[in-house]
Amino acid sequence: MAELTYRDAVARGIAQEMTRDPDVVFLGEDVAKAGGVFKATVGLLDQFGPLRVRDTPISEQAILGAAMGAAMTGLKPIAEIMFSDFFAVCFDYIANEFPKSRYMTNGQTKCPLVVRTGNGAGSRFGAQHSQSVENWCMMIPGLKVVAPSSPVDVIGLLAASVRDPDPVIFLEHKSLYPTKGEVPDGEILDTLGTAKILRPGRDATILALALMVPRALAAAEKLAAEHGIDCEVIDVRSLVPLDTQTILGSVAKTHRAFSVEENPRLCGWGAEIMSIIADEAFYDLDGPLVRITTPHCPLPAADILEDAILPTVDRIVDRVRKTLNA
Amino acid sequence: MLDKATAKPATKTALNDDIGEATRLELYRSQVNIRECEQRAYDLFLQNLVKGTSHLSLGQEAIAAGFATAMKKGDLSFCTYRGHAHTLARGVPFEKVLGELMQRDNGLMRGKGGSMHLMSPEHGVMGSYAIIGAHLPIACGAAWRAQYKGHGDVSVCFFGDGTTNIGAFHEALNFAAIWKLPVVFVCENNFYMEYTPIGDVTAVPNPAGDRASAYGLEKIVIDGNDADVVYRTAQKAFEKARSGGGPSLIECLTYRHSGHSRADPAKYRPEGELEKWKERDPIKIYRERLKHFGIGDDVIAGIDAEVKRTVDEATEACKAAPNPPMDILTTDVYADGGFAWRN
Ligand SMILES: Cc1ncc(C[n+]2csc(CCOP(=O)(O)OP(=O)(O)O)c2C)c(N)n1
Ligand SMILES: [Mg+2]
Repeated sequence: MAELTYRDAVARGIAQEMTRDPDVVFLGEDVAKAGGVFKATVGLLDQFGPLRVRDTPISEQAILGAAMGAAMTGLKPIAEIMFSDFFAVCFDYIANEFPKSRYMTNGQTKCPLVVRTGNGAGSRFGAQHSQSVENWCMMIPGLKVVAPSSPVDVIGLLAASVRDPDPVIFLEHKSLYPTKGEVPDGEILDTLGTAKILRPGRDATILALALMVPRALAAAEKLAAEHGIDCEVIDVRSLVPLDTQTILGSVAKTHRAFSVEENPRLCGWGAEIMSIIADEAFYDLDGPLVRITTPHCPLPAADILEDAILPTVDRIVDRVRKTLNA
Repeated sequence: MLDKATAKPATKTALNDDIGEATRLELYRSQVNIRECEQRAYDLFLQNLVKGTSHLSLGQEAIAAGFATAMKKGDLSFCTYRGHAHTLARGVPFEKVLGELMQRDNGLMRGKGGSMHLMSPEHGVMGSYAIIGAHLPIACGAAWRAQYKGHGDVSVCFFGDGTTNIGAFHEALNFAAIWKLPVVFVCENNFYMEYTPIGDVTAVPNPAGDRASAYGLEKIVIDGNDADVVYRTAQKAFEKARSGGGPSLIECLTYRHSGHSRADPAKYRPEGELEKWKERDPIKIYRERLKHFGIGDDVIAGIDAEVKRTVDEATEACKAAPNPPMDILTTDVYADGGFAWRN
């Protein structure tokens, strides 16, 4: 057991998989010599050499296209897109190429790759370097979409993503890079498609992802201490595949569900989950399904504005309290 | 702008030269295979038996034949929606291609891909890509695998003149050059994108050739209607790639005899242009070439008849083939064979 940052967990996860399998290769902008703009990949070049850990030009299409060509022909590439906002300049691969090739060719081809990217707000970078784009990816048949909230999950889910035979979008939250957590020694391997109940509770289920997980947990503590409301907090972790059984099981017990989403409101991941709950657990519910999201608005740069636009602990507490007392 | 009439005439080569009779017959057969199958696809479209779209390579056969004949087993082809020719040239049977065009169960992808997405990894055909430019970076990735694993294969990536104006083209060229990847980029310059002449929308006369120097590559512009020229150029580029010399960019001048896609009558082309290019029909050129090397009319006619018979048989098999069954509707979305996204 050791305490590790979320940032260092990324490098450890990649190193674990590159050590295990010589077909795992890694490419991206500034990832090798410089160790990544978020310093999440320091040391990998020294450990694995320049044929497996490669700096690329600023060519997002070339990065993802090359990852796909390598994956189709036998390698297991990990590609880094520096900021998830940049998915917009290479979206062809994410939307049209990776996820369609197996289906279109009736199973003749494969695309086992991982796209890692820095996702989410909190760095005061403004509207084009701060977005949460999980819903851009979640809507595409053929992709898997994962977003860890803790160092141990970074390693375990990254390992599962690398070993997965399908293309996986792996969303690292930029604001979580400096956070720390206990990580066991030795190999860590988790399972995609599994949510985690981080805090058991009786009165309401709060669903959260990535940076919203620590906020949901803090809100749950406050709701318990100040309002006597006992919330169950679920870290969804994997949007595709989605662990609906854990979610529906929790709602059957608490009869209430809230989602805390960093993505802008329209078509956010919580909308899909809430529709599943409405469809399949309607008679378990004692009240409305409530989504706490960033509004339908670009993200501002200024710290006080950015802090105000994302779901906060107080906003979560307020919505849960008011909904349960209504 | 490039004068389309300046595409160089076929150069006579010495008898008993480097190519030799067996390879020449292979080059001829490959071109006739494509001509016959593409013509059949067009006829079937007129009979309403080819559904969806289709992009023919009539008139461009020498490029597919020349490159594929120079490839070794294990080399990989990446092509566009105009990819029937490259798929056939690697040895995929007529029935598989026509079946896919007719969206039947016997098609290469059982109707799930359609004419724009032909793929057959067992033949080295690593896909036909319908988003302009997408496959140039993908070919780089396959070449990276060859480089990293020390495999000797070359990735060959075919695309049109119009593709030289999209970002992915430039990203891939630079990427391949800096990593010295064993990839050969082949621009089939047929002088039009869909309907717009390439010269109207391109800053340089040779859409690929004049961009080569930007990536430290040699400008190579060849007669794409002469299979010998194509074959020799391919051999040279493959040799360079296999020996660690990095990528090549080859612009092949050619012309499509048909419209851009199935519904296009190609009225935007000036009068007489097609006729002029038909004088330089690659198959016509190659028949003359064979005769020049002493191959008899009977041999040529024999190949023609045999190819036609095989295409006829494939056509009948496709007409008799059932539609794809409903049980493949949602298969192979994910590697587990299905489309499940939740528990
Ligand atoms: C990104 C993208 N933009 C536009 C199209 C529509 N489109 C299909 S084919 C084509 C023309 C391509 O011309 P060229 O590269 O010269 O190839 P050719 O069809 O002549 O072989 C266009 C514009 C597309 N498929 N993808
Ligand atoms: Mg063209």
